[in-house]
Amino acid sequence: MPKLPAPPVPSSLKSPPPRPGESGGPASPVDQAIAARNSVVDWVDERTSLTGAVRWMMFRKVPKGTNWFYTLGSATMFAFLNQAVTGVFLAMYYRPSPAGGAYESIRYITNDVFLGAFVRGMHKWGATVMVVLIFLHMARTFFFGAYKYPRELNWVIGVALLILTMVMGFTGYLLPFDERSYWATVVGVNINGTGPLIGPYLSDFLRAGPEFGADTLSRFYAIHMMLVPGAIAALIGAHLYLVAKLGTTAPPWTKAQKNPKLRRTEA
Amino acid sequence: MSDKHSNQQSRYTGDRLIPGSFAGETVTRRKFMSGTAQTAGAIAAAGFTLPALGFAFGPVFHEVPHHWSPAGPPEMFNEDNYVPIVITLTPGVGEVGKGLVYVRKHNPKIDTDPFDKNTPYIAISARCVHLGCDVRWVSAAQRFVCPCHGGTYNVLGIRVAGPPPRPLDRFFTRVTNNLVEIGPRFSVNDELRRFSPRDPGEPLDGIGQYLYPSRPSIRI
Repeated sequence: MPKLPAPPVPSSLKSPPPRPGESGGPASPVDQAIAARNSVVDWVDERTSLTGAVRWMMFRKVPKGTNWFYTLGSATMFAFLNQAVTGVFLAMYYRPSPAGGAYESIRYITNDVFLGAFVRGMHKWGATVMVVLIFLHMARTFFFGAYKYPRELNWVIGVALLILTMVMGFTGYLLPFDERSYWATVVGVNINGTGPLIGPYLSDFLRAGPEFGADTLSRFYAIHMMLVPGAIAALIGAHLYLVAKLGTTAPPWTKAQKNPKLRRTEA
Repeated sequence: MSDKHSNQQSRYTGDRLIPGSFAGETVTRRKFMSGTAQTAGAIAAAGFTLPALGFAFGPVFHEVPHHWSPAGPPEMFNEDNYVPIVITLTPGVGEVGKGLVYVRKHNPKIDTDPFDKNTPYIAISARCVHLGCDVRWVSAAQRFVCPCHGGTYNVLGIRVAGPPPRPLDRFFTRVTNNLVEIGPRFSVNDELRRFSPRDPGEPLDGIGQYLYPSRPSIRI
């Protein structure tokens, strides 16, 4: 690897490096800071062996040809983290009360709270971004053949994550509680009800009763902010574990290396 | 596979030379202890999981009580045209719980169906049975028209065009203290036969009435 040229500083101004075997006087503040950091890391590592896990997770070998398409999964995860963080802070102001409270609290967040419109906008647009990214990530996996053996289980987990993301979109859409979210939810629940045999009961479960009622909004809110995010976080953990364990695939256009030394010879 | 599974051992602990075994004993104390601990764990987990699930799924099995809402004095209604009435279908949720109902007097000329003979007033729900939007009564065309996907129904609420799978829902009516009252909802099939209320999108003709069963939460 080529080295950057040293800056043109006269040799009289440079401090000589310490001789081997002897310390060069009192350590510089930078060296002291590095030593302090190392001792903290060593203290934690001695008790947890975390560096091994971090190295296993972060410093993996990736195949030749790895490119920007491979970042779509991380991008989806960061969209989820954005939703999680902004969602937690939106929950500080939101009230899931159907008789006017929900709509009023959203109006309050948007118009009155400092940076409220921005945080709500991050959550609203981030939801769309997450759905777009998860489909792009799925398309990358499909077209690169990255769902094949031994990664089938990771594809299945990914499909579960896709469904849960759709559930998040469906339940979150009701929360502003304006005309659009109300009617979209009515239609969405009725589409659920068209499933034969269990459809009618599924609709009753979603609405907490035969009609859209007082418990429907709080039920959607609980599903949106507790049930599904927990499941998504756990499944992302499993998804990432399998990625680290199985490694990533090379793009389909990379050719096998024709190095005769690497060929196994039948002799 | 290793051959540890193929070793046929005696089921009696005494025959396997386990120290402290009793005559006729087949379960080792280790197996008994781990089994007991796992059972206790399962009972503890079920102790909070089952009530939580029942809590979440309870409304599916809980029957919502019927109630009657006043629609107006009998003079308000005639035999030829529908009057739109807004009633509270679900109490306690403000505007969201209100619903639109079209009411007219029973007309023996068009309501020839035997099921409608003794009904003093015909009350038709505005909820489109395709996906639940509100239909509008267009008097000039004598049609109910849904703005969402173009579902169209005739004066009896029977589908004439568009995607709806059955006629519009209806409500029971009665006259009490010189007030027309609107009661529980019911669904009808193409012959206007009455069924427990179904959600929109669920057909009631042929096999539909079995594929989309009535729910314990709302029955007539």
